[in-house]
Amino acid sequence: MVHNEEFSGKMALSVPALLELRGVSRSFGALRANAEVDLKLEAGTIHGVVGENGAGKSTLMKIAYGMIEPDAGHLLIDGVERSWWRSPREAIQAGIGMVHQHFMLAGPESALDNAILGESRPTGRWSFLPPLLRPLDRKGAIQRLRKLSDEFGFDIDWTAEVETLPVGVQQRLEILKLLDRDARILILDEPTAVLTPQETDELFKNLRKLTRSGRSVVVITHKLREVMQFTDEVTVLRAGRVTARLKTKDTSAEALAEAMVGRKVVLRVEENGKSRTPVSNESVLQVEALTLAAARDNGKPRLNQVSFDVKRGEVVGIAGVEGNGQSELIRALIHPSHADCRTSGQVRLLGVDITHTRDSEIRSLGVSVIPEDRHEEGLLLDRSLEENYLLGLQRDARFSNRGWIKRAQLRTLVNEALEAHDVRPRDAEAKARGLSGGNQQKLVIAREFSRHPKCLIASQPTRGVDVGAIESIHSKILEARSGGTAVLLLSSELDELMGLSDRILVMYEGKFVAEHRRQQGSSPYDERAIGLGMSGVIQ
Amino acid sequence: MNKSDRSWLGRALESLQPILAVLLGLAVGLAFTRFAGESPLHVLKVLYQSAFGSSYDLGMTLFHTTPLIFTGLSVAIAFHAGLFNIGAEGQLIWGALAAAVVGHAFPHLPGVIAPWIAVSAAVIAGAIWGAIPGWLRARRGSHEVINTIMFNFIAAGITSWLVIEPLRNPDTQNPETAPIGEAFLLAPFRVFDDAPVGPAFLLALVAAFLLWLFLNRTSLGYELRAVGQNEHAARTAGIDIARIRIFAMAVAGGLAGLVAVGEVLGNAGRFKVGFSPDYGFMGVAVALLARNHPIGILFAAFLFGALHKGAMDLDLETENVTRDLALVLQACVILSVSAEGAWHWLRRVGSAGKKRG
Repeated sequence: MVHNEEFSGKMALSVPALLELRGVSRSFGALRANAEVDLKLEAGTIHGVVGENGAGKSTLMKIAYGMIEPDAGHLLIDGVERSWWRSPREAIQAGIGMVHQHFMLAGPESALDNAILGESRPTGRWSFLPPLLRPLDRKGAIQRLRKLSDEFGFDIDWTAEVETLPVGVQQRLEILKLLDRDARILILDEPTAVLTPQETDELFKNLRKLTRSGRSVVVITHKLREVMQFTDEVTVLRAGRVTARLKTKDTSAEALAEAMVGRKVVLRVEENGKSRTPVSNESVLQVEALTLAAARDNGKPRLNQVSFDVKRGEVVGIAGVEGNGQSELIRALIHPSHADCRTSGQVRLLGVDITHTRDSEIRSLGVSVIPEDRHEEGLLLDRSLEENYLLGLQRDARFSNRGWIKRAQLRTLVNEALEAHDVRPRDAEAKARGLSGGNQQKLVIAREFSRHPKCLIASQPTRGVDVGAIESIHSKILEARSGGTAVLLLSSELDELMGLSDRILVMYEGKFVAEHRRQQGSSPYDERAIGLGMSGVIQ
Repeated sequence: MNKSDRSWLGRALESLQPILAVLLGLAVGLAFTRFAGESPLHVLKVLYQSAFGSSYDLGMTLFHTTPLIFTGLSVAIAFHAGLFNIGAEGQLIWGALAAAVVGHAFPHLPGVIAPWIAVSAAVIAGAIWGAIPGWLRARRGSHEVINTIMFNFIAAGITSWLVIEPLRNPDTQNPETAPIGEAFLLAPFRVFDDAPVGPAFLLALVAAFLLWLFLNRTSLGYELRAVGQNEHAARTAGIDIARIRIFAMAVAGGLAGLVAVGEVLGNAGRFKVGFSPDYGFMGVAVALLARNHPIGILFAAFLFGALHKGAMDLDLETENVTRDLALVLQACVILSVSAEGAWHWLRRVGSAGKKRG
């Protein structure tokens, strides 16, 4: 156990931890989600809790927040042992607040109303009424909230409807909501999953202000870069157990990754020392002047005269802040027949004009797709892995004979694919829903790569996927590239784009505003320049 | 949840659950008769006697089972494609009228092909009536629930008018068409005395098996189920979901149209206005009870057919309950089975929530 001297030095050695969990265990059936987990949250620190999907991070935090009761263990607040929370309400009263990965906000209501939703503050002369009947004290609330947001730098337009606010602002609102309820301990579940690099910096800057006021923050994440950059202490979980408890300044991303996965992990995208195979001159995907008319609310076209090409054996990355037309571009490519998807332009695949083909033909021409949202677009969650593997391949000659599915063949090939792509469990009959995000994604990738695509369109291929799986997904993409596949890669992780791409196109408001070519050496791209393009400074 | 960590006993119990749910529903429904002043046991006895008491009674039960199989399958295939077909009633009316019209128009066709022609006409008529709401949904986005409900009324209205005006049978006061040719009639099986159950029942069994085969063994059946499971994923995978939807509704309509085989070719020999005691709507309940499994639908249709037939004697054999009890019992079974489904669902949601670690 490492003691945090830096902070205790400032606040006298005897200051007890704000929150301490000791020997926490919790099982769900046969699964031990947490096994004798200790967590000590010192006052005034940002504490990272990291681990792969299914390592028990969320369970642990739900226990701390009173959503789940542990089977065993002790809870200490300010060094004093107390009984476990019976509900989140008790945890909130004790000063613990949680921001869930999917925000708990009522979209059509104003930011202010969301902030005071469900609070039952005694309001002067109405305090004789039961809480639910008291009138809302909007005036008092806005004063309190303004003071808090001034103090900690969380700017919010309080009158705006929440659903019109950017994700980053919604997140600020969630945090302010907790501060307004006097939370001293904030638990944030994967807070940066939806943020741009700039928004991430901003968030942690503000969180740092909070810790200076003596509050503490727990950040659940699997992004090691953020852990290294922004946290004071870190606890690593693997398979429900604590595998490391460290001060951030004494460790490295590599060491954390090893503790998470249990083996050495290659964090940077590398091709095992081999130099990249040169890109061929043959264009596989050519897009010319693709345009998509404006959405109703803002007058700007969602895609504006977009032209580019992807060559054999090339990875072209598309960078951009979410909502600048990237998703629309992908949809326009794979659903040409859909009325929403384009208004003018031309798309060619290997010289064949596919501007107006049917969706099903595009796939049979050799296009594979790793969709942005694998639950929505990639999987049949309530169906078996086998049936999920078949999706899109149901007319492939390997699996179908005159319209009849070759079941024996299917089972054999699925089992081979699960083995080759290390999808767990190796059970063709397991339901897709039961798999972790990483394994679901590996299943999608196994399926899409089995077509030996000439062109691969991959959106957010590693979103919500754990470190071990990221490594394997990246190497599969580069393998496909070496095999001559043209890869169009869309990702909100700049590191991923810079690691994989031969070229990066920067998208802003439906247009390409910059093109960056990979340079030789250890830093192939100028991250700052790409960031400027993303924010619309270069046009 | 892994299959292997459940004991065989647990699995056996689990597979018995739907049956237990059905029995519970029946028990609750019968308990109601107590309040009406009847002995539930007596009512049960009357139901049993009426449904299975003689070979004729059993035959009548199968006669009522047959259309319920067709409409159950009709609802089920639409459901597998993610569509709710409440229009089986309208589809079966058109099917029956088409069979009757063809049977009357070509009385001299040879007996080998005549029934096939009529069956084809019934399937095509039903398929068209199903495909239109399918097309409206797939290409125009108007919801099939609304459209199929409205199409029931339209079908009933148009067919009634056709029967009392252009297709009027001058030999009768009843709203029915002229009889079909001899060659079209399907003889009933002799084992059931005079009950009109014949080849239509076998056709229903075959249809259920073929539908199961189609859904589970063919590429197109897989595509149909994929669309029903997750249309976005299906579209991304290159499946033409609009075509699949239209196709599914056409097949659903065709299956409902097959009700004509038992009713027109096997029994009445003509189209009678109002011949269906809401077979189309009962099909929804049958499919629900069977969870849209084609083979399960055979059993669910048999249960509902037996209740329908069994309740017919209640008017005579009991003082205080009428044949409407069949509806009460069917409702109780549906509620009980749905509650069981809801319980499963809750358990699954619960365990999924816990699993996220």
